[in-house]
Amino acid sequence: MQETISFTPQLATSPITEILWLIPAVPIVASGVIALLKQEKRKLAATLSIGSLGISLLLSLAAFAHVVAAWTHGLTVRETVNFTWLQFGTTNVDLGWILDPLSAIMLVMVSLVGLLIFIYTTGYMAHDENYTRFFCFLSLFAGAMLGVVISNSILLLFMNWELVGLTSYLLIGFWYHKPSAAAAAKKAFLTTRVGDIFFLLGIVWLFSETGTLLFYNHGAGSMEGWALTGLLAQPAALGLTAAGAIGLLIFAGAAGKSGQLPLHVWLPDAMEGPTPVSALIHAATMVAAGVYLIARVYPLMQASALTGGTTTALTVVTWVGASTAVFAALIAVGQNDIKRILAYSTVSQLGYMMAGLGIGGVAVGMFHLITHAFFKALLFMGAGSVIHGVHEEQDIRRMGGLKSDMPLTFITYAIGMLALCGFPLVFSGFWSKDGILEAAQHWSVAKAPFYMLIFGALLTAFYMTRQVSYVFFGYNRRHKSVHESPSVMTIPLAILAFFAIALGAIGTPAWPWFRAFLEGRSAGFSLHGFAEPGLLALMATSSVVVFLGFGLGWSLYGNKSPEPETPDALEKSVPWLWAVLRDKFYVDELYGATVIAFYAWWARVADWFDRRVWGGLVTGVAFAFGLWAQLNRFLDTNVVDGGFDKGCEELSTGGGMLAGVQSGRVQTYLRILALAVVALVGILIWSARS
Amino acid sequence: MIESTPALTTGLPVLTLLTVLPLAGAAIALCSGKHARAVALFTTIASLALALFIWSSLPLDGSMGMVERVSWAPSLGIEYHLGVDGLGALMLVLAAIVTLMSVDAAHRVHHQPNLYFGLVLILESGLFGSFTALNFFHWFLFWEISLIPAFFLIKLWGGTLRGPAATQFFVYTMAGSVALLLSFLAVFLSTGSMDFGYLTQLASTGALEKMVTTHLGPVTIWLAIGVLAGFAVKVPMIPFHTWLPAAYAEAPSPVTMLLTGAMSKMGVYGLLRIALPLFGHQISQMRTPLLVLAVATVVMGAWAAAAQKDLKRVFAYSSVNHLGYCLLGIFALAVPAAGAAAQASQAAVLNGVILQMFNHGVTAAALFWFVAMLQERTGGHRGIDQFGGIRKPAPVLAGLMGIVLFSSLGLPGLNGFVGEFLIFRGVFPLAWVAATVSVLGLLVTAAVILTVIQKVFTGPVPEHCVGFPDLHHGERMAMIPVIVLMLIIGLVPQLIVDSVNPTVVNLLAHWRF
Repeated sequence: MQETISFTPQLATSPITEILWLIPAVPIVASGVIALLKQEKRKLAATLSIGSLGISLLLSLAAFAHVVAAWTHGLTVRETVNFTWLQFGTTNVDLGWILDPLSAIMLVMVSLVGLLIFIYTTGYMAHDENYTRFFCFLSLFAGAMLGVVISNSILLLFMNWELVGLTSYLLIGFWYHKPSAAAAAKKAFLTTRVGDIFFLLGIVWLFSETGTLLFYNHGAGSMEGWALTGLLAQPAALGLTAAGAIGLLIFAGAAGKSGQLPLHVWLPDAMEGPTPVSALIHAATMVAAGVYLIARVYPLMQASALTGGTTTALTVVTWVGASTAVFAALIAVGQNDIKRILAYSTVSQLGYMMAGLGIGGVAVGMFHLITHAFFKALLFMGAGSVIHGVHEEQDIRRMGGLKSDMPLTFITYAIGMLALCGFPLVFSGFWSKDGILEAAQHWSVAKAPFYMLIFGALLTAFYMTRQVSYVFFGYNRRHKSVHESPSVMTIPLAILAFFAIALGAIGTPAWPWFRAFLEGRSAGFSLHGFAEPGLLALMATSSVVVFLGFGLGWSLYGNKSPEPETPDALEKSVPWLWAVLRDKFYVDELYGATVIAFYAWWARVADWFDRRVWGGLVTGVAFAFGLWAQLNRFLDTNVVDGGFDKGCEELSTGGGMLAGVQSGRVQTYLRILALAVVALVGILIWSARS
Repeated sequence: MIESTPALTTGLPVLTLLTVLPLAGAAIALCSGKHARAVALFTTIASLALALFIWSSLPLDGSMGMVERVSWAPSLGIEYHLGVDGLGALMLVLAAIVTLMSVDAAHRVHHQPNLYFGLVLILESGLFGSFTALNFFHWFLFWEISLIPAFFLIKLWGGTLRGPAATQFFVYTMAGSVALLLSFLAVFLSTGSMDFGYLTQLASTGALEKMVTTHLGPVTIWLAIGVLAGFAVKVPMIPFHTWLPAAYAEAPSPVTMLLTGAMSKMGVYGLLRIALPLFGHQISQMRTPLLVLAVATVVMGAWAAAAQKDLKRVFAYSSVNHLGYCLLGIFALAVPAAGAAAQASQAAVLNGVILQMFNHGVTAAALFWFVAMLQERTGGHRGIDQFGGIRKPAPVLAGLMGIVLFSSLGLPGLNGFVGEFLIFRGVFPLAWVAATVSVLGLLVTAAVILTVIQKVFTGPVPEHCVGFPDLHHGERMAMIPVIVLMLIIGLVPQLIVDSVNPTVVNLLAHWRF
């Protein structure tokens, strides 16, 4: 394979790059217009929303085509348009956007999946009274998310990032009359903000250290050349370089958004939002923004690896990712809510992506991000279709036998499920997950992440088999009338199902198009790709693991259709394990007893300190002044001569003006203060003269 | 020791005009009975127009413009010396905006409206005077003048506990003022001048400290403490803030808007105009305890807000937190640092502090405006647990107040973010521990604000909120310009930074730490 040949000339940005800003701007403008519409203008709102995202998709495809065209000519596009947002003194606060293979792929994914979900929404939310507002928020979200993707400035990325967080908050809490939805929205915003404050510190550190906010700027950006060298030369605490420390701070932000341990707790609760929101924001796009961010700042993350080996930052990313992958998959086994199972599955898969980034590089992590976006959006929308069909029931124990009632939903859901589990050869998830496993197998630092990820794959196949058995097999346990969803919902499912299979084709070892495209190499088809040592063995292993998961799941749950009240099959055999998994390892309880309790306790301390200590001090001083005033009055009337009395009287007439309208205490204070002033000024003057 | 006084600068005495305008309005309002609010609205709109004119015609080099200077009592070093730079002019605009918002919000004053609006206008005059004065005597006069109407506004129109609140507010601020006054008398005795410009010059060469030491002994640090005490009470800085929650809570909401939106800025302004220029070296010596107090103000202010049950007290403590970022920035400036990188950081900090002053003024005033709306609609309720689900009956109110709340939270795209970002950008390299601990404030503030949204806007609707009226047309028209302003500053902060940065450069060049 040939290496990167050259970059296109930076000064001549192509026309598509010049107008790249329109991709996020069009949906944001649409959102603003929809915000001003009356609630009754439902059709217009949906049209505006879908139309604007359609424009974004077309522009994204044009941008993608431009990058691909250049790439087939052996050129790697990295075109930026930068401008100064804020200038003071010699400091420029720069913003800008970028078109490169990474942003091009992500743009197409976000706008395509987004558009399908928007269309699906017109069916799913058809009966909601706040339909118009829903599209307003959705459009704003899409714009902000596309803004994250094209940002060439870490500040612009952060601004869009926060806007994405805001829209996620608004959409999770969309059914705001439900206290649980309002609480989940707040929890999501605050948990991600925990990561964001570290991210913000990383940004100001990076900015003050390198003097630029831009990622790429003809060699002067923070992700290139001397800026990285400088960051490496700068030692920070704990044996880290500034590059490592900043990388970790940024990763904290990414971990918050992407639901990595220990900040994963918000994502399952976010399922309180309407299902299209779960599909779009909490499966395909926003939660992947953290992974994308790490891919974007990858030069910084791997900076010290320039001299060989891996970096502290990437090692942390890997361990956090692998732990999250297993941890969340375990919890998914013990859930009964159809969406919560998928939510924990998403957390787990995000862990795979992070581990993939940490071990294998940008292409490995990003490929799983893209395939996952399609099959997980498919699963969520399928779940939405199921929920719709069974009249807003979400407990899988109260479903069953839906495969005959909802055949389209069943087929597409099964495709999504097989892709997620990594069913060998046919499905995209197999190839993207294998890329991660292959990298993990050869990781120089430790072997444990490899075994963790293999175990995670087993669990994935297991919990998905359990879910599908409960939902689609057996017999219907509650709802007599089940209906298939309208075609406006099933057609997007079919399209996503197509991609859930087809995308695998661009990431096989025989034709690693995706990786070559991202890394700026040419890709040729060659079966020798499979000849890498250990690769076929690994593929066999992972296939066995997947089938093992299927088998275990089917043997416990397949075609059983137990009544909802009976204990789970796993619960019967290992009750304690079931309890731990069902209760999510008690992480929420742990946080409740520690962080949340500390927050409330410390708030009370702050308040108590205010009222008792500082307030008490003030009261004490006031009391002392009062005493002194009494003493003073006594001296006034009994000891001091008339001249002093007269002086005091003048002062008290001043106070007397106030006395007419209030209780009388102030003028005492005033008089004392005035006297004190006179006395002290006298002392000062006297001391100055002597 | 008294420098020669140049002749009065030619041209219209615009700044005097600006200060006198609300006084004249006050006189008319006092005599106009029920039409007092109309008079006040007219006066405040005219004042805003004039303030905007002043802001737009600043000298480009960041120096003092529109200078008026006449000798007053030369033997006492007292001159009538006015002028504005980017800092002063922005504060004039802020004071004018906040007063206008306050007058607008006060459409339910039935008890002696003429006196009420008269006092509000006198307060505005006091604000204008103190943001334009360049001589201590003159400045102090207005500093104190603004206190008196504020006291009566709380005392006569406040809530049930208004008596003690007003008294504490007055006495506490007075005590700070006394410390300030004493320090300045000592400075005057040592230098024979009360002129800010001249004293800044003296301080920048170190002559001020020498003169004070010669005349009074080694007391400069105490003078610095005295001056800081005066401003620390006004801003306020923890632990000099205990007057604030009661005063903000008991004052009628439109008056609280004035207290937090405009008057609290007098304290920060004083730190920038007086404390840092004259006592930069002493502040630098005390920077560690001062930074600790600033961080405490940020963090504990936010946390104390989390414990409150009264919306006004929540926002009062939230104000303490937001002004804490200003203090953090100001004391980080006193950290010794040299070189181009440090200069860039300092410029970021100071621009950020001034933006934060303006942004907090607008946002906090808008928050209390909404509290006034909530109170009006529910017969005076303002407990955080007394509302619920009002997004349903009042979507416009909830939407607009939501925007203001997110501005207070520091969401990018709205005004609050820019100032805080610049402050953290600058403080981090100068005092990274303080910056790192202070980001906790951002988190806790978010928790506080989202709790307010959760409890007031979402969930089931309690009985007394059923049929809760939404904002009517006039109210929307009053708030929408403010929200547009928030968006403009959030998206195009250069509009303000252009007027502020030359002054920032100018100020930093004259300070000695």
